[in-house]
Amino acid sequence: MTADTATAPTAAGVVWPALRWAVARDLKLALRSRGELGVQLLFYVIVVSLFPLSTSPERNLLATMGPGVLWVAALLASLLSLPRLFAGDHADGTLEQIALSPYPLVALVSGKILAHWLTTGLPVAVLAPLLSLQYAMDGESVAVLTAALLLGTPILSLLGAIGAALTLGLRASGSLLALLVLPLYVPVLIFGAGAVDAVRAGLGASANLSLLGAGLLVAIVAAPFAAAAAVRIALD
Amino acid sequence: MALNWFKYASPASFYPVAGRMIPWFAWLAAILAAAGLYVGLVVAPTDFQQGDAYRIIFIHVPAAWMSMFLYVVMAGWSALALGFNTRLSAMMAQAIAPTGALMTFIALWSGAFWGRPTWGTYWAWDARMTSELILLFLYLGVMALRGAIDDPRRADRACGVLALTGVVNIPIIYFSVQWWNSLHQGSSVSLTKAPAMAAIMLTGMLIMSLAAWFYAIAASLARVRIIMVERERGAAWVSELPEVRNA
Repeated sequence: MTADTATAPTAAGVVWPALRWAVARDLKLALRSRGELGVQLLFYVIVVSLFPLSTSPERNLLATMGPGVLWVAALLASLLSLPRLFAGDHADGTLEQIALSPYPLVALVSGKILAHWLTTGLPVAVLAPLLSLQYAMDGESVAVLTAALLLGTPILSLLGAIGAALTLGLRASGSLLALLVLPLYVPVLIFGAGAVDAVRAGLGASANLSLLGAGLLVAIVAAPFAAAAAVRIALD
Repeated sequence: MALNWFKYASPASFYPVAGRMIPWFAWLAAILAAAGLYVGLVVAPTDFQQGDAYRIIFIHVPAAWMSMFLYVVMAGWSALALGFNTRLSAMMAQAIAPTGALMTFIALWSGAFWGRPTWGTYWAWDARMTSELILLFLYLGVMALRGAIDDPRRADRACGVLALTGVVNIPIIYFSVQWWNSLHQGSSVSLTKAPAMAAIMLTGMLIMSLAAWFYAIAASLARVRIIMVERERGAAWVSELPEVRNA
């Protein structure tokens, strides 16, 4: 409880090494189970490919709903990968050791969130241009969609980390996590998918992208503290 | 200061006080609801545009106000509980959640019944309806998280963090949904506000709002009393309660 109040996280000399260590460790762990990462990306690809089958392959309709489908699939892929953020470390006791370390927990949690985004959100955004070919989207829409995903998926990881920490070790934590996290994702979904809609309506995407950027800044500042608090609650 | 408020932060001393307050608030709620319904259903004239269907607002608007207000109150108690580690604050937050969810549900349900004759549809993706729906999910999330955690102290703090995250998000959700809605102005439903309301209608609505407010206080106090006894069942003050001794 007093670990990070004792070493006040003011000194940059404490925060950065902790952040770097957490990022490097979680990236290493993720790269050692590449199959798991691949399956999560495949899930994203399959969900995106199902929608034309369930509606219609008509090109205008596809171009209209494409951004929304890709965003919903990105939300679901993020949700699916959230348990990986803390659950494994919680199960084998590593999380407790991390919380007991003299380094500020907020920095360590931030590092884990960043690693989570690099292994899930970033590939989702990188794959988006390829998948949007399935949806007959024009070049400008694809560029805006990718930019929106790059700005928005970190918010998903940041908000999701709070939910993932709150549901650590609970019964039916998977569906509970969906109930907690998905309502909070709504603004990201709206601004993200709305960016492409705005381009198609001739309004320009700058308002949507600015709002996503603002949301990202707020989430970076606030969410790690809430997630760290939630981790401590789960470990008590 | 004549009254020591901190005395009532202890469940043992708040339990009897809450018990004495409940009948007052419950009776006030009942009398005000009867008066409000009388004004709303009998005194207020039929609306020349919407006919008698508009009378649903006497239930709908107070429920919608309370649904949003109660979430803020719940988050406020959660903040107190997290900040000062006071048991009773967390119990109050726990007690308010079901009433808030109920109010949200009533607002959505009555809104659908108002929309059918007025807009011609039970549901439209109007900004207020959509954000009210998400508010219901937020309430249900807090309650589900509470239900999934066995240790009440952990549940208090986890729900506190979640409620505070939600209360920061509510304005963002509302704003985003409103903006999304204005971008998709495709539906034929007219969402323009009703013309200035007659004074008698406003009176009925305000009386009903007070009734909803007092009902929420009475229901939350009744629930918090049960939570107190349930959680402190091992404590001496519970075993000394007359209703426990004579049971």
